[in-house]
Amino acid sequence: MTDQLRVITRRMVEHPADSHTLARYEATGGYRQARRALDMGRDELVELVKESGLLGRGGAAFPAGLKWSFLAPARPAYLVVNADESEPGTFKDRQLLERDPHQLVEGMIIAAVANEVHHAFVYVRGEYPKPARRLQRAVDEAYTAGYLGEGIFGSDYDLEVTVHLGAGAYICGEETALINSLEGRRGEPRLKPPYFPAAKGLYMMPTIVNNVETVSNLPHILEMGPEAYKALGHEADTGSFLFSVSGHVNRPGNYELPHGLTWRELIYDVAGGIRDGNELKTWIPGGASAPWFVPSDHLDLPITKDATAKAGSMLGSGAVVVMDDTTCVVRAAERIVRFFAHESCGQCTPCREGTTWLEMILRRIESGAGREVDVDLLLEVGGNISVGLAWPPRMTTICPLGPSAVSPIISITKYFKDEVLAHIHGNGCPLRGAQR
Amino acid sequence: MSRWSPETRERARRILARYPEKRSAVMPLLYLAAAEDGHLTPEGMEEVARWVGLTPAQVQSVASFYTMYKRERTGRYLVSCCTSISCMLLGADEVLAAVEDEAGVPAGETDDEGVITVEHVECIGACGGAPALQVNYELVEGVTPDTARELIRWLRSASPEAVHTDEMQELFGTRRSFDWAVPERVGAVGPFPAFEPYGTTDGNP
Repeated sequence: MTDQLRVITRRMVEHPADSHTLARYEATGGYRQARRALDMGRDELVELVKESGLLGRGGAAFPAGLKWSFLAPARPAYLVVNADESEPGTFKDRQLLERDPHQLVEGMIIAAVANEVHHAFVYVRGEYPKPARRLQRAVDEAYTAGYLGEGIFGSDYDLEVTVHLGAGAYICGEETALINSLEGRRGEPRLKPPYFPAAKGLYMMPTIVNNVETVSNLPHILEMGPEAYKALGHEADTGSFLFSVSGHVNRPGNYELPHGLTWRELIYDVAGGIRDGNELKTWIPGGASAPWFVPSDHLDLPITKDATAKAGSMLGSGAVVVMDDTTCVVRAAERIVRFFAHESCGQCTPCREGTTWLEMILRRIESGAGREVDVDLLLEVGGNISVGLAWPPRMTTICPLGPSAVSPIISITKYFKDEVLAHIHGNGCPLRGAQR
Repeated sequence: MSRWSPETRERARRILARYPEKRSAVMPLLYLAAAEDGHLTPEGMEEVARWVGLTPAQVQSVASFYTMYKRERTGRYLVSCCTSISCMLLGADEVLAAVEDEAGVPAGETDDEGVITVEHVECIGACGGAPALQVNYELVEGVTPDTARELIRWLRSASPEAVHTDEMQELFGTRRSFDWAVPERVGAVGPFPAFEPYGTTDGNP
């Protein structure tokens, strides 16, 4: 049950010394599926990806084939690969970019052909210069080989690829903000509708935005066929999934796994359990935006999209952040809320003001100056950003960033209210001294 | 009249050629301008505005949105300490405190010599190798307060022309997010990302 899958991580594991090179990529079957895609064309490719059940790996888990089918008829259409990986706890795309960039390039060719795209972009976060360099070298190799540029693989299909570096704004992972940024604007999310860039995106033309891991799966879906790909996964969660495990575990890292194993298996068997023989206190199942889980309620839940949603959280980008019993939950929540306050683009008042207030109130509680009313105040401010503190959030904002900041508030007041109150009553952290 | 050298102008032309619309070149050109002057100056932003056909105010509006465009004097080595959740859980606040102490400046400031700027940053995607930091955006994973101090002393004493992620990882890092496998030959020469055609030693790695 806990054996790792080797699909998108196979080449880097089997050929660590040169998995990033064109020579190794081709020697291990690379670029055959891109050639096939050229013979298949849009309808067949969209249908195939729909059949595979591939869900977007950037966090929203939107069906990739369905997204492609929304592409409006106007041309030119654009493809943008979202490599703005910035969700705290997530480091999977970095590994895919550094260690197997040709897999991404081949996936891009497939996605481009499927969406009649002749200019594709990869938006790499600015703090990833090394992954961007590795990708650019792969793109250069592909150009030299005639796999990108004019008449790819000797066909009459042209495809340009531009690697674009961001400049330190988490919000650019939101696809309409990313498009604004790529247009040379402030990375502010666009007002919806249109709901999908597939209708109006880059330069107001039809645009498909897909995550690095999503696109890296495409050559494998073509190679093994949709049925075999589905069979790798677990029910509605098809294929493999890259989990980024970090925090207080003995073996942090990226793990390619099927869905369906339990959190206990992931944390204890795969990631080696809790450091120093400590007890597990809580964990974030899907990146900083996700409400937390606790051992008493969730340890034996299966890791599936549906089971996680039913329990009030999400798998998001697959970032699992594990905290042991030395962790101050107020401090952890403050750190996550601070992130969203820092990354708020400032367009929407509930997010701009609310995240800042949440951060200040948490800091007050953590410092020992908290007041009895502060717990209610946290919930009230949270409720102004995310109405009724419901899951999934009922948003008062253009994008989900604001409501994401409410997740840790919901989590600590639901599961750790006594610890929050102990900060208030005891003038500071009851765990101080227990922490490293 | 361009302030830029023929070589820099050639780089700017190569950047513009990558995009279907000129305005999209704003972000890479801002990096080029920062690399040219050591940080992003008003003159640099005016130059970028001319290249893409915007007003300087429009370019400044873009630049001010993004944290990596440093519009104030920045040290030769920008030391960015991650203090987001996964790094914090494993001692990032102590690492930052050690860096600030050794560098002699608090986060957000540059030392008098213009050698080191310290900042704390949000998640840099190194959570499996936490706590992590970057020097000129080149990554070091698994640092401790002690090795972080050594790193600052090394930057001052060795004064490397370019910082290389593998060299720094070897000297000052421990646990990594994943096996890096292959050494990376390109380093960073200033407080901007080393990505051709700007920011690298020769612009042509």
